[in-house]
Amino acid sequence: MPITEFYDEMTGDGGLVRPHYADVSKWLDKMSAERLDRKRAEAHALFHRSGITFAVYGEDAGTERLIPFDIIPRIITASEWSTLKRGLKQRVMALNAFIRDIYHERAILKDGLIPPEDVLGNAQYRQEMIGVAVAHDVYAHIAGVDIVRAGEGEFYVLEDNLRVPSGVSYMLEDRRMMMRLFPELFASNRVAPVDHYPNLLLDTMRSVAPAGQDDPTVVVMTPGAYNSAYFEHAFLAQQMGVELVEGQDLFVADDQVYMRTTQGPRRIDVIYRRIDDDFLDPTVFRKDSMLGVPGLLQAYRAGKVTLANAVGGGLADDKSIYPYVPEMIRFYLGEEPILKNVPTYRCRDEGDLSYVLANLDDLVVKEVHGAGGYGMLVGPTSSKAQIEAFRERLVASPGKYIAQPTLSLSACPTFVESGVAPRHIDLRPFVLSGKEVHMVPGGLTRVALTEGSLVVNSSQGGGTKDTWVLEA
Amino acid sequence: MLSRTADHLFWMARYMERAENTARMLDVCYRVSLMPQSPEEAEQNWIALLRIMSLEPQYRETCGEVEGSRVLRFMIFDPENPSSIRNCLRAARENAHAVRDTLTAELWETMNATWIKVRGLTPEIMEDRGVGEFFEWVKYRSHLSRGVTIGTMLQDEAWRFIRLGTFLERADNTARILDVKYQVLVTEDDEEDADYHRWSALLHSVSAFEVYRKVYRDLISPVKVAELLILNPLMPRSLARCVREVFVNLQEVANDRSAETIRRAGELEASLRFGRVDVLIEQGLHPFLDRFMDRIYDLGNRISDDFLIPVRNTG
Repeated sequence: MPITEFYDEMTGDGGLVRPHYADVSKWLDKMSAERLDRKRAEAHALFHRSGITFAVYGEDAGTERLIPFDIIPRIITASEWSTLKRGLKQRVMALNAFIRDIYHERAILKDGLIPPEDVLGNAQYRQEMIGVAVAHDVYAHIAGVDIVRAGEGEFYVLEDNLRVPSGVSYMLEDRRMMMRLFPELFASNRVAPVDHYPNLLLDTMRSVAPAGQDDPTVVVMTPGAYNSAYFEHAFLAQQMGVELVEGQDLFVADDQVYMRTTQGPRRIDVIYRRIDDDFLDPTVFRKDSMLGVPGLLQAYRAGKVTLANAVGGGLADDKSIYPYVPEMIRFYLGEEPILKNVPTYRCRDEGDLSYVLANLDDLVVKEVHGAGGYGMLVGPTSSKAQIEAFRERLVASPGKYIAQPTLSLSACPTFVESGVAPRHIDLRPFVLSGKEVHMVPGGLTRVALTEGSLVVNSSQGGGTKDTWVLEA
Repeated sequence: MLSRTADHLFWMARYMERAENTARMLDVCYRVSLMPQSPEEAEQNWIALLRIMSLEPQYRETCGEVEGSRVLRFMIFDPENPSSIRNCLRAARENAHAVRDTLTAELWETMNATWIKVRGLTPEIMEDRGVGEFFEWVKYRSHLSRGVTIGTMLQDEAWRFIRLGTFLERADNTARILDVKYQVLVTEDDEEDADYHRWSALLHSVSAFEVYRKVYRDLISPVKVAELLILNPLMPRSLARCVREVFVNLQEVANDRSAETIRRAGELEASLRFGRVDVLIEQGLHPFLDRFMDRIYDLGNRISDDFLIPVRNTG
């Protein structure tokens, strides 16, 4: 059952081009296929030369691939963005309040709004964080919230990424590329700029330094040059003008964290870490971690260094916690949620499981802890054999999965082999939380390049588009 | 700056310089091999090259008999040969990749594009286009990366470590070329014409042929070649010039552990600045170059210890 009904971002009822796409639509009509093709080739050559690549797990180690860049922009109106922005800030504030609550009073559990075992039995729950104070009570400093449009174009939150969300470098590079290839488009459209993101990120990091550090030293911590998102780590460090460190560059003495420099040890105050909790400190978490720093957690708990994102925040971006987010918004902020959740079936619940098993053909089933589009089933586009194989895994460990109705994701014109055709997209805006909450307009638009596919993840062959928020 | 970052920058520059010098040495041997000569002479030419690089045993183990086209493949492509041009360019790029946030976009793109090009090169393609052209290309890419470094990088600590790597490597390489070629030329060759061609090939290998003419306006004599390549402070590949650059850049990055390293670099620099070629020849050029290479090796180790190997936990 391929998805045939979907919200088309550019064209509305009766084939009328929506007003905010009018200029781009005319531009597309005038553009020959040859010119589009030449521009696409130019973009790929530029990305390749500058090494804007990512590594794919599971293929021969060390290979690097480009994320396909589509040259037709995705456009969001000022009023759509204004709603999204309010909704995203609200959501991330509630999520931060929730994480803080879990490691302190646990009011939301005491009030019975979430079953304690769903939270305390979560693999991302870190006992080590109980009672630990963090600057401005912020845990998810950088949040990447995945948004889709379905039905008549209404926005839904698909998932919250609160650990080490990636993709922001592509957002920035896609814009640069677009301005380089088609400057004329920016003359005729009022596109809100995004290139101040690294500044906002640096401000955010500085605002959460341990108390008393007026001129804090910020670093970006990477697992190393072979990590799939290494390009982004290096890019952000460079754009912020801070050091890009690995675990081996750091050491802890008297609960202070230092980096080893050519001029001797230098104290650091804020670590934007792009490495999972498990690998941070071999004396506390995984003993075999070669990527971490012994004693780091002790320094962190003593308040001598800030880790962003905070340790233990992952419990709130788990797909089994996701269904409770609207409740969190009401509970902590006393507000109604601005953005909708997708209805979600938790397979650990017997009633939900039997419904899911009976409707696998129609549902999307995801691993609770999964990310990157690995280990998921999209019922409507899967073969009988794939569905049956998945059914076995689901029955064997239902607690590992959730299921959602297959949303007919909106589609945006995309330049593919057969010409310009609609392809399904999503949106990942980035929310920065420090002393204040900041966002740049838009985010990263990912596009499923295969016809009918709903999987936009770059690891699964998805591409990206420049994302425009038009100024009013 | 991070010690690890400095280490990657230092080695990025060394590997790029090594690729260039390997191309230079191969180019001169290749040209010499095209001159009329006996099979023994031809073999000696390539053996000398392998000795410069301290690779003779490894070559014989994997490739057997010493023969021109095999040596070329070994020195350009062999994945097991750490000094092959391909491996040098890969190592230069890997080091650049590890610190790409420290490099300007232009410099990173230069290093990356060089590797992407050489990665796709096969012995067949190279032989088809001519090895001479390939050597020119390697030199050109090295010139380019150096030019982009000078033209785009902030002249801060990062730049200093790149320069240190470049000149330490070049000092070592020039000394090696001179050592092996000088011995072969002075001891084994009496025939004047051949002599001229070989000396001029040596000068060409370090881009010094026209320079020699300009400086001496004279016939090529071994003593003057030695003087130019060892003592002339204006000659960019001479030992004196390389050590001068090492000394100057070391002073710029000095820390509280590096006093002895800087003193040794200064001592070596002074000995070249005030050295006289007749004294060097009288005391024996080979022992001099041998000692020189030891001192360069020592400086490399000391720079590593003082700056690049992460300072141990002092807490």
